[in-house]
Amino acid sequence: MPWLTALLALPFFGLIVLLAIPGQARNLVRLWANAVLLAGLGLALPLWQAFDRSAGSYQFVDRMPWIPTLGAQFLLGVDGISLLLVLLTSLLGPIAALASWNAIEDRTKEFYAMLLLLQFGMLGLFLSLDLLLFFVFFEVVLVPMYFLIGIWGGERRLYAAIKFFLYTLAGSVVLLLGIIALYWQGGLQLAQPTFEIAELLKLRMPLDVQRWLFWAFFVGFAIKVPMVPFHTWLPDAHTEAPTAGSVLLAGVLLKMGTYGFVRLSLPLFPEAAQEAAPILAVLSIVAILYGALISLMQQDWKRLVAYSSVSHMGFCTLGLAAMNSNGIAGSVLQQVNHGISTSLLFLLVGFIYERRHTRQIADFGGLAVVMPRFAFVFAVAVFSSAGLPLLNGFIGEFTILQGAFIVSRTWAAFAVFGIVLGAAYLLWLYQRTMLGDLRNEANRGLADLSPREWATVLPLLALALAIGVYPKPWFAVLERPVLEIVGRFGR
Amino acid sequence: MQLWLIPIFPLLGAALNGFTGRRTSQGIQSAIAVGSVLLSFLWVLNILLNSMPAPGAEIRESYFTWISSGNFSLSVDLVVDRLTAVMLLVVTGIGTLIHIYATSYMSHEGGFYRFFTYLNLFMFFMLVLVMSGNFLLLFVGWEGVGLCSYLLIGFYFLKKSASDAGKKAFIVNRIGDFGVLLAMLLLINTFGSLDFKTIADKVKTMPVELSAGILTAICLLLLLGAAGKSAQIPLYTWLPDAMEGPTPVSALIHAATMVTAGVYLCCRASALFEHAPIAQDTVAYIGLATAFFAATIGLVQNDIKKVYAYSTVSQLGFMFLAVGSGAYAAAIFHVVTHAFFKALLFLGSGSVIHALEGEQDMRHMGGLRGKLPITFFTLLMGALAIAGFPFFSGWYSKEAILSAAHAHSPWMFWVAALTAMMTAFYVFRTIWLTFFGEYKGHAHPHESPAAMWIPLAVLAVLSVVGGFLFNVPHFLEGVLPAHAHGHDMTLEIIGSSAGLLGIALSYLFYVASPGLADSFAESFSGLYNLVYNKYFVDEVYDAAVVHPLERTSRGFLWKFLDQNVIDEGMVHGASSGALGLGSLLRLLQGGVVRNYATWVVLGAVFIFSAFSLLGGAR
Repeated sequence: MPWLTALLALPFFGLIVLLAIPGQARNLVRLWANAVLLAGLGLALPLWQAFDRSAGSYQFVDRMPWIPTLGAQFLLGVDGISLLLVLLTSLLGPIAALASWNAIEDRTKEFYAMLLLLQFGMLGLFLSLDLLLFFVFFEVVLVPMYFLIGIWGGERRLYAAIKFFLYTLAGSVVLLLGIIALYWQGGLQLAQPTFEIAELLKLRMPLDVQRWLFWAFFVGFAIKVPMVPFHTWLPDAHTEAPTAGSVLLAGVLLKMGTYGFVRLSLPLFPEAAQEAAPILAVLSIVAILYGALISLMQQDWKRLVAYSSVSHMGFCTLGLAAMNSNGIAGSVLQQVNHGISTSLLFLLVGFIYERRHTRQIADFGGLAVVMPRFAFVFAVAVFSSAGLPLLNGFIGEFTILQGAFIVSRTWAAFAVFGIVLGAAYLLWLYQRTMLGDLRNEANRGLADLSPREWATVLPLLALALAIGVYPKPWFAVLERPVLEIVGRFGR
Repeated sequence: MQLWLIPIFPLLGAALNGFTGRRTSQGIQSAIAVGSVLLSFLWVLNILLNSMPAPGAEIRESYFTWISSGNFSLSVDLVVDRLTAVMLLVVTGIGTLIHIYATSYMSHEGGFYRFFTYLNLFMFFMLVLVMSGNFLLLFVGWEGVGLCSYLLIGFYFLKKSASDAGKKAFIVNRIGDFGVLLAMLLLINTFGSLDFKTIADKVKTMPVELSAGILTAICLLLLLGAAGKSAQIPLYTWLPDAMEGPTPVSALIHAATMVTAGVYLCCRASALFEHAPIAQDTVAYIGLATAFFAATIGLVQNDIKKVYAYSTVSQLGFMFLAVGSGAYAAAIFHVVTHAFFKALLFLGSGSVIHALEGEQDMRHMGGLRGKLPITFFTLLMGALAIAGFPFFSGWYSKEAILSAAHAHSPWMFWVAALTAMMTAFYVFRTIWLTFFGEYKGHAHPHESPAAMWIPLAVLAVLSVVGGFLFNVPHFLEGVLPAHAHGHDMTLEIIGSSAGLLGIALSYLFYVASPGLADSFAESFSGLYNLVYNKYFVDEVYDAAVVHPLERTSRGFLWKFLDQNVIDEGMVHGASSGALGLGSLLRLLQGGVVRNYATWVVLGAVFIFSAFSLLGGAR
């Protein structure tokens, strides 16, 4: 079977088999789901070796007819941009599953079924080269995440789940309208109507048509990222979701929005995108500063991390708004970086929540005394998130700033100010939770990281350091596809 | 030449202690920590003795391309020229001494291996900082030393004041980094490079009308960064608080090495500053103002480490004054001598604090001369050096700065001379209060062990002969821009007498007639309180920046805008709107077939017109 199809089919196949396992055999369920996701990682990693960095187009393409009458195909393939996101997804999937080993006692089988379905959807989205297929996966992801939050979430899980669902659904309805309209345009210009993205890229559309389509796609993707002011689903969903949900939500699902911009909005509607760039940039800068300032004031550990995502995703969209090679390459790398550092932060909050069943920052303090290893990992996560050089965040932010600076010095200056605030809220969080006296007696007996927990954070720590010290290979895969996107501007 | 070995030794030391420290003894940990820094020092000596670069030349090693995106690429280059050579000797030399001292000073503290892990890591980043061939790698070191400073200030993290101070240091430095980051972006845009040498070459050929504005902007932004790292107005407030860290940290990081990184950065960027006279003048004003105000605060503090902290701020101000006056070599000279005598003063005060079981308030000291003879004698040498006593090390560098200030503008010379007098006054105030008079505490003072007093002795010798022995300005000729101005005997005499006068005055105030200081404080109580409370700058910053920021974030942005307007108003508004609409629409489904038919027709018409509109748009 072709490589990418196998990669995509694996979690789905795993899901079918899982359904046959009796629900009482919880450990068997866990073992199976973890094994499937780990096998997926094993299948995805060799892509990194096999990927041809000098070739321009999509690679490992699998093409099968799907709905011939509509011109929709089952078409998979990766370029450098989607390769990075596929690898990120393949890594975070098993990490999320492993992190949930002890956390989910209730309806374990259903939980892992949802995780596998989610993995299937996420991989499908990044692998699709057909617009309709892309949209189907865009929707597929919604369902398992809705249940993950709504069933295994915190106290306000139902509210959070419905809010997440409605918000994203509203966005995807508008996106669907845009997709249909684009298909319509294709029907007028191309020999036969098609959803194939590569074909649609050949369309030449007047600015006013582009403008309508751009903003339709924008609504769908901006809610997903989320960009301010479409962000209020995020703190609720992230905070209420179980750890695995938060990790995948922040690590992968948010990137579906930015990926949509890079893969579709920018190359399909280049003139309209350029026209909208100042608006995107202003929204991004608002997100960076606004998210940071609100993070500064949070009392709930997990909510703070959630709001910090708003700020960090602002950097990703700012890079896109720059619409030059530095900005876009930096943005994609920063999407990976955010996936690494924010997943770490969510994993760590999750570990604490499992032990103490509270997330109020005021309940902690002085944890470094009882959990030195935890404190160490948390410190690395905090500094990676705060953009300290030699860790991953710095490289992404710096490249984005470079790109933004070329377009507007004011943008860059505001964004740099966001970095100052980033240090403030993260260090304050660290101080209030890890440092000082161990005031709360309930924290005295806390156990340090278990081997299983180590296994979930170690790959992320290693990646954070590897990207920070030697980012060149990561930029190397991005070079060609980013140049192609940039080449579409200013024609 | 394997330049990379220099920073890598301490990094290995940090890794070794960090990973195995839990299971090894203090002896092994000390050996690793001191040994790794000593190896660096020896390797530096080996390189410099075998192939000292000529003035203007450099040893450069390029390792790998770090970032390449678009048409910009940057490689990891380590460079040793004469400026770096001076910094390397100071950092590894003084670093070794302080590591030795710390093995004894910290032996009774918890977290011994954690301390040395951080301290070795600091050495690694500091060496990267001074050896980097470009701004970005320098920034890596710059942020790294900031991180270690954060970790070490907050070393006693059980104390809230300590972790507060660490956080403050990091965040204030981040404000400075705002400047450095933007400066780097401007440099990339202007020169297409961040390499020191490339930029220096390109500046020379740049037409003035093109360069003046942009270079001023770059230099002012760099100055913001330098002011953060080197604790200059308006970003100096973190350094006095940083004294929460263990004393060896104060000596190594917050006196001898890291805080001079701002001065080093300005010297590295001297080619830029030379073409940005407005920015250069700003450096001089900021330096002079910082030197003066910090010295006034130092006059009245009672915590011995606080006095030396404000003294450090003030002395760094002198270095900035030198940079601003175009006397870069004099600034580096003062970096070197200051490293000798200020490390000595801190380590000496540490020895006193150690002997008094943690006491830092000079009002509870006194009469320790006999109990701690070595500490007393070495500290006295340090005090004479910083006071600018003729032919001691500080005298040489301070005279160089004063004469440069005079060449820049004479009034600056007078303010600087006055500041020099205050310096002598407050430093000797600490000597009198600590070692003379009656002992006013309850501890049982004892002289420190050899591991502590030997470094003191070495530093004392360097403080005495360092200025005479190491003629840094001569060594750096042709390396940094220099403005020729001759020796002026009158200025030297005025400068030297300022120091002597300061010593004499403090003798009068604290030994000859001990009541004088208190009666002075009473008769000028308003002024005294203002200075004693450090001009309330921290309070002003809190009231003007920190609290408004917190209030806006919590009250306006979060509670009002995010929760009420966007979430409650827009999102929930939309959902209740949808509910309302739903109950309206329910009326449409009354089960009457004729009505349905009407809707079908209307809908069809709507869809067709919508499609034709969209189609017509092309």
